[in-house]
Amino acid sequence: MKAFAQLFLSLDETNKTNEKVKVLKDYFNSVPDTDKMHMLALFTGRRPKRPINSTLIRTWAMEASNIPPWLFEESYHVVGDLAETMALLMPQKESTNDKDLTQWIAELNSIGAKPEEERKQWLISSWAMLDTQERFVFNKLLTGSFRVGVSQNLVIKALAEITGLDAATLTHRIMGSWMPETYTYEQLIQEQGAADDISRPYPFFLAYPVQETSEKQKSAEQIEAGLGDPLQWQAEWKWDGIRGQLIKRDGKIFTWSRGEDLSTEKFPELHPFLNALPDGTVIDGEILSFQNGLPMPFNILQTRIGRKNLSKKILEESPVAVIAYDCLEFNGEDIRYKTQAERRAILEQLQAATPYPDTFRLSALIDFNTWNELAKIREQSRAMIAEGIMLKRKSAAYQVGRRRGDWWKWKIDPLSVDAVMIYAQKGHGRRADLYTDYTFAVWDGDKLVPFAKAYSGLTDQEINKVDYFIKRNTLEKFGPVRTVKPELVFEIGFEGINKSTRHKSGIALRFPRILRWRHDKPKEEADTLETLKALLGE
Amino acid sequence: MAKKPLLEFTDKGIYCAQGKFYVDPWKPVDDAVITHAHADHAYPGHKHYLAHHLSREVLYYRLGDIALQTVEYGEKVMKNGVSVTLYPAGHVIGSAQIRVEYQGEVWVVSGDYKMEDDGISTSFEPVKCHHFISECTFGMPVYQWKPQVQIFEDVNNWWRNNQHNGLATVIVGYSLGKAQRILQNLDLFNGKVYTHGVIENTNEALRRNGVLLNPTERITPDTPKEAIRQGIVIAPPSSVGTPWMRKFQPYSFGYCSGWMAMRGAKHRRAADRGFVLSDHADWDGLISAIDATGCECVYLTHGYTATFTRYLNEIGFNAKEVHTLYGGEEEENPQEAPTQPPPEGEGSEKTSFEEDLEIEVKVSPTGGDLEGAGLQ
Repeated sequence: MKAFAQLFLSLDETNKTNEKVKVLKDYFNSVPDTDKMHMLALFTGRRPKRPINSTLIRTWAMEASNIPPWLFEESYHVVGDLAETMALLMPQKESTNDKDLTQWIAELNSIGAKPEEERKQWLISSWAMLDTQERFVFNKLLTGSFRVGVSQNLVIKALAEITGLDAATLTHRIMGSWMPETYTYEQLIQEQGAADDISRPYPFFLAYPVQETSEKQKSAEQIEAGLGDPLQWQAEWKWDGIRGQLIKRDGKIFTWSRGEDLSTEKFPELHPFLNALPDGTVIDGEILSFQNGLPMPFNILQTRIGRKNLSKKILEESPVAVIAYDCLEFNGEDIRYKTQAERRAILEQLQAATPYPDTFRLSALIDFNTWNELAKIREQSRAMIAEGIMLKRKSAAYQVGRRRGDWWKWKIDPLSVDAVMIYAQKGHGRRADLYTDYTFAVWDGDKLVPFAKAYSGLTDQEINKVDYFIKRNTLEKFGPVRTVKPELVFEIGFEGINKSTRHKSGIALRFPRILRWRHDKPKEEADTLETLKALLGE
Repeated sequence: MAKKPLLEFTDKGIYCAQGKFYVDPWKPVDDAVITHAHADHAYPGHKHYLAHHLSREVLYYRLGDIALQTVEYGEKVMKNGVSVTLYPAGHVIGSAQIRVEYQGEVWVVSGDYKMEDDGISTSFEPVKCHHFISECTFGMPVYQWKPQVQIFEDVNNWWRNNQHNGLATVIVGYSLGKAQRILQNLDLFNGKVYTHGVIENTNEALRRNGVLLNPTERITPDTPKEAIRQGIVIAPPSSVGTPWMRKFQPYSFGYCSGWMAMRGAKHRRAADRGFVLSDHADWDGLISAIDATGCECVYLTHGYTATFTRYLNEIGFNAKEVHTLYGGEEEENPQEAPTQPPPEGEGSEKTSFEEDLEIEVKVSPTGGDLEGAGLQ
């Protein structure tokens, strides 16, 4: 565990890519193979199940650190991270241990089944044998909140340098559902992927935004300058659903979503068409809710993702379908090396053969000759329930991860309103103990009605200034939330807007974020609820 | 009629009506008793100052030509029948707790203090009293310091590693107190110690005061970059991210502060390394210090006052939160200063400007102390 805690600390202490890769390699070179696999699992989001619920963990942490509950809560608000709070509150360690990561995870996995008293004993004695840094990482594993400031790409890069395998192969081999207890390091690095699992998806190829930083989108002229001849490109709508990979191999079907969750059972509507596919087929596409043959906004799909059981009503009212846009495997052959145009032809052939064209749809190609023409078409995105346009180079292979060059997303400008900040709350992590989470309101007559929370989009400098303002202009405190004198105006951007019965304002925004601080606007000139409701398009 | 308390909290500072003097006043007064030379405790503009001998040269350097009387720890001074005695606070060199006694009633103003003997500031001495006015900058249980030996082992190892990797080493701590504490604990077998002008000025003042410090070299535009890379640079927080510091590239920069205990604070300062090293008492230190005074009542002035006061009352102390003093509210301590202009170069002509900047920043109304305000 020492090595793993040190790894976490060292990664935390640098923001230089080369440094991080070096730290990762040092780690791989110094720990047993089983630890390597556990580390890989953790760093790719495969967290162990929580063996103890967080209420019990908190209660026992308060006991172990001998402080009253209210003080525990206050400490948590100052630190902004539960695992870190508990690590800091405990007394210094009493004993030492040399258990490695594999042993700790094995204990974490087995303790869940034990009676409460035994779990408590185990937890308290575990805390007592770890130092602050180890305790922090241990708590992260325990609370299932393990996250690390290093991308999967870097981990793969380090591993590739050590094993001599190429990064794309490794990326593919760590996809899908594998367990660090049964998938060995040896299997991972075998030259032939003999141990390949039939459910394993391919790494998704992700598009780069045409413009990443500013909210302003590029013009047709700029696109022309950047991408060249329009005839080299294929354009499709950018659908606003769940990215999915659909697999049929050896008579079995699997549906993976972008977060690498196996969600075959969540989308029973897709089973007939999947079963009808020839063996050795993998399709890439977007899963969306449909009604009367038309795609529906994302929030409809969102409400159903959260459900454990799909009611008959949901299946009838908003059944899902796939809008397919790529084919990655055909007749059992990995065809990612083929060109976009070739893969498209195969996909069309597969789709033409399906008895289920309602659930297996094709993402239509947009007919255009010039970028200007396409820019005009893009303006209809919202009406199409699309987020903009996807551009794919006809000669490109299907690559791994987010790459610049061959796939671009050309999104439409976000919607925006000017709103007044009325509540503030402290942030977490890097922004702990600073007021960074704000609630915004618009005018409804002479009253301000809250309609959105947002906490990104300001620079560190601006955050400091806003924090300074909040601390000097607090009207009331409710626990961690402060009511702030309504004065600061911000432009809030969002991707979509829907009716909501749960919110006071009657609306709910999708991806609200701060676009900029409107120093130039007094609060009286902020937008009104009417303006927002007009955007509902009713 | 209720008896007037010996010390009161006024809008100018802590006032003793009987003795006609103030402790650490923040507005100009006739007679000021100063706990230590940090700018949020030693303001300019008073007619008369009383402080410890070891604060003398730093006070002259920072406040100019003031009317200053200095005393030894334990030496009694009478002011209008009230006795005033200084006791070591262990915060920085020359820092004192102020013991005030009149007709058998004893009050102690802690100023800022820490319990650990840092080997350079005279170490903290508990003083029995009826009323104790205490800071609580780190009055949250998440703050638990490790012995400085451990911290400096990390610092020295980090320095060696940087040398090995061809990086310059820049260590940041405020200029009175932390800088000297770092200096005295560096492994000088590793190499030479270079200082930012602001820190070297303070070092010089302390040396004039007879304090023995390890050798240092002031960085000038002529100091060879290669030499600096082999050594270590001690710099004030105000120099972080300035062109002055960027000249050392490539470098690793470490920040020494109690706030480094939390990852969030460390990330905000974008420090490569955070060393948890504070000149204030930690949670257990505060409680044991207050307990050792045997006081009837403790007043908490700056830091996490609300939380700490509530807890002290729960465990049986009679604690009061004092709102008005130092304007230091719990939240304000860890915050960054509103943007300040970076100092330009570090030539000899520029030093006076930088000092001004440092002092100006320190007296900003966000209160706390230098480290507390996280400003310097």
